[in-house]
Amino acid sequence: MKRTLAALGLAAVASASLSACAEEPDASSGAIAVAASDSSCSISSTDLEAGPATFKVTNKGSRVTEFYVYADGDRIMGEVENVGPGLTRNLVVDLTKGTYEGACKPGMVGDGIRETLKVTGEAAKPLSDSEELTAAADSYERYVESQTGALIDKTTEFVDAVKAGNVDEAKTLFPVARTYWERIEPVAEIFGDLDPLTDGREADAKAEGRDFTGWHRIEKQLWVSNNTEGMDTYADDLLKNVKTVVTQSKEKPLTALQLAQGSKGLLDEVATGKITGEEDEFSHTDLWDFKANIEGSQAAIASLRPVLEDQDPALVKQLDARFKALDTELNQHQAEDGSWTFYDQLSKAQIKKLSDAVAALSEPISQVASVVAKSA
Amino acid sequence: MNDEQTTPTPGVSRRRLLGAAGLGALTVGAAGAGAGYAVGGRPDAVAPDPDALPVEFTGKHQAGIVTPAQDRLYFVALDMSSESRDDLISLLKDWTAAARQLTQGNEVGELGAVSGPPLAPPEDTGEALGLAPSRLTLTIGFGPTLFEKDGKARFGLNGKKPEALVELPPFSGDRLAENISGGDLCIQACANDPQVAVHAVRNLVRIAFGRASVRYSQMGFGRTSSTSAAQVTARNLFGFKDGTANLKVEQTKAVDEHVWVHGDDGPPWLVGGSYLVSRKINMRIETWDRESLEGQEAIIGRTKGSGGPTSGGDEMAAIDFEKKGPDGEPLVGAKSHVRLAHPDFNDGVQLLRRGYNFVDGSDGLGQLSAGLFFISYQRDPKQFVTIQRSLAGPLNDLLNEYIVHVGSGIFACPPGVDAQGYWGETLFTV
Repeated sequence: MKRTLAALGLAAVASASLSACAEEPDASSGAIAVAASDSSCSISSTDLEAGPATFKVTNKGSRVTEFYVYADGDRIMGEVENVGPGLTRNLVVDLTKGTYEGACKPGMVGDGIRETLKVTGEAAKPLSDSEELTAAADSYERYVESQTGALIDKTTEFVDAVKAGNVDEAKTLFPVARTYWERIEPVAEIFGDLDPLTDGREADAKAEGRDFTGWHRIEKQLWVSNNTEGMDTYADDLLKNVKTVVTQSKEKPLTALQLAQGSKGLLDEVATGKITGEEDEFSHTDLWDFKANIEGSQAAIASLRPVLEDQDPALVKQLDARFKALDTELNQHQAEDGSWTFYDQLSKAQIKKLSDAVAALSEPISQVASVVAKSA
Repeated sequence: MNDEQTTPTPGVSRRRLLGAAGLGALTVGAAGAGAGYAVGGRPDAVAPDPDALPVEFTGKHQAGIVTPAQDRLYFVALDMSSESRDDLISLLKDWTAAARQLTQGNEVGELGAVSGPPLAPPEDTGEALGLAPSRLTLTIGFGPTLFEKDGKARFGLNGKKPEALVELPPFSGDRLAENISGGDLCIQACANDPQVAVHAVRNLVRIAFGRASVRYSQMGFGRTSSTSAAQVTARNLFGFKDGTANLKVEQTKAVDEHVWVHGDDGPPWLVGGSYLVSRKINMRIETWDRESLEGQEAIIGRTKGSGGPTSGGDEMAAIDFEKKGPDGEPLVGAKSHVRLAHPDFNDGVQLLRRGYNFVDGSDGLGQLSAGLFFISYQRDPKQFVTIQRSLAGPLNDLLNEYIVHVGSGIFACPPGVDAQGYWGETLFTV
């Protein structure tokens, strides 16, 4: 069991207002066409007017892709995930004057193929401190929004494979579906009662006298017994609980301070669960979760970036450098096809290097909440 | 010697803070009463306990070398995780600033353990709050791999590596494990309170995250060497007095000759420094305990009770290597530990030993994982090599049946710092 953010007494901090900028409207006229192939990312217009922009992302390649709009420091302004070959999805992003990057990520890995976007027009007036915090929370809310769609899709695919008895397919989908879960774990964990049911470990279930359920129950069946017998109910419950978490997350988005705590919480997760290989003890797919936690933490920091830049630019510089160092260390364990080295195939020296890089990043990350609080 | 005058260090005193933070209940009664020591001449203080006082951090030489050996050790070896020269310099500066505070019994950072902003992690980890400085010394050393690794110079330190700073040669009987040997950097923390030593190392390690990370660390207790004539000789885990003939701080001429790097030794940045050799020596405790008293004494060459040589006399008596027993054999045997380690048989070479006993729990078979964490300081590592070759050489110290060297380290310890400088500054300026 993890400590929930609410238990840390952060619930009293004012909640950010809901924003709905990532809703998918009908493709309107004036939409910017994005043609994403396996090797290119063609954006029909890269000079944009300030205000809401609609990107119509069509996957013309053979691999599942993603499209991101990044601000400085890879702050995610908007993102569509999990666009299958041949599919088109829309993304609406509200952009103020400045320079951005659009990125297609064929295979959903790496930094993506990027193009610079220039937005001209009305310069945004500087935000007040509290507006900045609200903007940060909104920005993260857009990230969560972009993840939850894919989370439900991929969990559904996984659950279907389990119920159909397709062991190999289920094994392939297990770490992929979990990626979306792990990226937004601070959101999932805020609802304390569902986290143990969906992501609890066997030893804890035993100790607490409840049935062992969720991701890891099915993981055990797949990898230890190599079948899906008796998993139907667990699979149904998993999907149901995941959907509930998603619904709740939309009803109660994180505040800026909560997401500052969340960015640290994700690294703590890595340090205690993934570095030790405890999280996925049967499948050893810990590095998928590891990367997802880091991405989630990075997204939270990216949302907070304007606040941090104001209050402590040196900290931002250090965070950037250490995120980069950790990525370099981690990414060498990823194969071309996006899969990761299994935990039990890592050497002790490799694990030590990963651990060092996580510790190096965790120290400055632990300062973020206090810096954000200064702005509140 | 660290004989410079005391300079005030910034920061919050661990003991002052307790009162200031409204934790008065912990120090109920007259302020400072019952603590048994005082810093800064508190008028109401009782007679200070000398074991609790601070040791001056600044000086010509680093503290913790000829400083009378404290009771506890926490030794840590680290590797740089960054290859940036700026990172190395900033780390040494940050460490020095923290070491100034720690050794004087202050909390780390500007706001310490409990006075910082509520949403930020405290700068100081806090477990030494209310504890005395306990004669804490922090001593830094630089390993060969800091200067050069895989044939490539690091941190722009081309040409700075002392010729003498090379890995120790293999000795017969060594069973060295890589993960408890070597290191780019080491810090020796010694104090009379183990929690004070652990607190210091923990905070220094924390400061280093992202720049350096721990390779191994070792706790030690019961100093096995006296480094001052005022100290009684302590015993090692074989039950024998250890360090009787050690160099002592009072022997200023011998210390100068055998411990400190001189101007003509080179390199210039290391003048006033010393070389640290560490050896983790596992003892086969249970087999030793089954050895007869006479056998044990013959192996060491000293009596177990007084520590006097088996040739006769009290602990400090000169050893008579010629004196024979009724069987015509020398009373101090040719293969005894004391003879093979003696300066008379090692070209007059002497070391300043500063080792500690350790127990790392049990080995799973019910036997102690214990031994001696040997540390010696010398002007030239050759001094250690000469003696160790004698001990592990053709005559083969009788003691070798009961010990095995499992870890090894060699470090160049830079000279001391003044009120402004930082550890190893001469490395970048001289």
